[in-house]
Amino acid sequence: MANTSAAAPAAPGHEGSRRDFLFLATGAGLAVGAAAAAWPLISSMAPDADTIAAGAPIEVDLSPIQDGQIVNVFWRGKLIFVRKLTAKEVGDMQAVPLSAMIDPAAFPTRVKSGHDQWLVVYGNCTHLGCVPIGHQGNFEGWACPCHGSQFDAVGRVRHGPAPINLPIPPYAFETDTKIRIGEGGKEAA
Amino acid sequence: MSGTASTYVPKSRVAKWFEARLPIVGLMHSSFVAFPVPRNLNYFWTFGAILIAFLGIQIVTGVWLAMHYEPSATGAFNSVEKIMRDVNYGWLLRYAHANGASMFFVAVYLHMFRNLYYGSYKAPREVLYILGVVIYLLMMATAFLGYTLPWGQMSFWGATVITNILAAIPVVGDTIQTLLWGGYSVGNPTVNRFFSLHYLLPWMIAGVVVLHVWALHVTGQNNPVGIPIKSGKDAVPFTPYATIKDVFAVCVFMILFSWFLFYQPNYLGHADNYIQANPAVTPAHIVPEWYFLPFYAILRAVPSKLGGVILMFSAVIILAFAPWLDTSRIRSCNYRPLYRQFFWVFVGATLLLGWLGSQPPEGGYVLAAQVCTAYYFAHFLIVMPLCGLFETPKKLPGSILESVTGPGKQVSGSGMPAGAAAAPTTKG
Repeated sequence: MANTSAAAPAAPGHEGSRRDFLFLATGAGLAVGAAAAAWPLISSMAPDADTIAAGAPIEVDLSPIQDGQIVNVFWRGKLIFVRKLTAKEVGDMQAVPLSAMIDPAAFPTRVKSGHDQWLVVYGNCTHLGCVPIGHQGNFEGWACPCHGSQFDAVGRVRHGPAPINLPIPPYAFETDTKIRIGEGGKEAA
Repeated sequence: MSGTASTYVPKSRVAKWFEARLPIVGLMHSSFVAFPVPRNLNYFWTFGAILIAFLGIQIVTGVWLAMHYEPSATGAFNSVEKIMRDVNYGWLLRYAHANGASMFFVAVYLHMFRNLYYGSYKAPREVLYILGVVIYLLMMATAFLGYTLPWGQMSFWGATVITNILAAIPVVGDTIQTLLWGGYSVGNPTVNRFFSLHYLLPWMIAGVVVLHVWALHVTGQNNPVGIPIKSGKDAVPFTPYATIKDVFAVCVFMILFSWFLFYQPNYLGHADNYIQANPAVTPAHIVPEWYFLPFYAILRAVPSKLGGVILMFSAVIILAFAPWLDTSRIRSCNYRPLYRQFFWVFVGATLLLGWLGSQPPEGGYVLAAQVCTAYYFAHFLIVMPLCGLFETPKKLPGSILESVTGPGKQVSGSGMPAGAAAAPTTKG
């Protein structure tokens, strides 16, 4: 500041604006530089190309699955339950009134039309991610051993603390006895 | 660590030459030799030294374990078993590291108890105290990351549950979760980056510990009476008095550590963690390590996911506000007859929360956890502000010396030169 005092009386506005410009430009450069340096660091923590490639769709043959059986499959490292509902379970689930649910979802939104017997849902509790145990609890579905959530036979949460139903992964029927998980339907929540 | 003027005078020519260029010997002398220590400190004031000892033990055993550990989903579990069976003294390194973490938390909880009971968090030690809360948060993050590394069932499901807790954060939660996972679930990229972060955080703890000790040496130590050092007779020099007492306390604490290490090395762990991680099966009874149990109980006491997460984090963060929530001018609970009773209820509620966190989340356990959670927060938000306004404290002694010798008596000898001890708060 000492050397500006001489010039200050002559052209204070001029000196001030030049210093202000340098100050702002340096500050802006620093902020942009810091953000530019942080970007690759954070981006590198996202799922890498190998992990994404490993998420290619998988096919599941349904023919060996018996009535009432729950089969575990993995897609993108996530557990998925494939369950063949019994005729009684289909009837019971269709009869549940929406008012009895925490996250109301009608039966047709939980299965593919024309395939009422088949349920495909992610196998991690929507509370904190534990694996609910099949054929337990009061709703013909799953009970979580960690914090006591219960799901019905089509994966709808019926007892907290889980806030939402078990999500349905994207999948489609290739034939009546084969599904393809990973594409062919939008990822429902 | 510039609390007092250094009384260090370099004698040799080499020492004088060095001190004129880097006065680190003088800094160490004023911080750990000449530093005035209140003469009435009890053994609760030795846990700082014990904690530094355990930070050292954890860093040394951890660096050596890293020479043998393999941070991958396929290799981690087997490399830990290799450390236990094949590496010379590998069992000792691993058991010392695992039990050392538990002892670290035993010591930090006693250190925090001391702080809260004797009101050490109050002015002028607020920054010192908040640095301590920061260290505690870093310790919890480090302990969580370390517990996931053996890649047993408890490691895997602990990592899953905690990362799902973070996903409950509104707006950015899912992004944070994906960046921590490095995939679509807890897996190989997760254990790899958790290892990197587990190696990083202890050095950050060490850095904040330096600031913590620096702040301590600016304000000086609190003491059981809670009144400041007023004359040299109230204090004794750090060396030999505090040095020897700290080393003795560390030795005694090592007996407890050795008992766990050599006789009950798995008592504080979970048998399920000797089963390799299996993403298709959750252990029947999943609980965190004992030192997280009170917060786990608070999480489960709330029937809403986001609400539980908010309350659990609040239970830690609220500690940082204690200096401003407590309205009393008196520091030590020994002179606060009303607040002291509430304080013991608070201690009881916290211990009970710890036990409730280990029980299944059903029926009466949940109700009891809700009652204890309510008191935990009420203690900070209601009891601390109101007690200071309505309580009549007991009469404080005139000086630290008087609290030791009784009123009116004088002692000769020991103590500090008046100039050295008089002003730990004036310089910085």
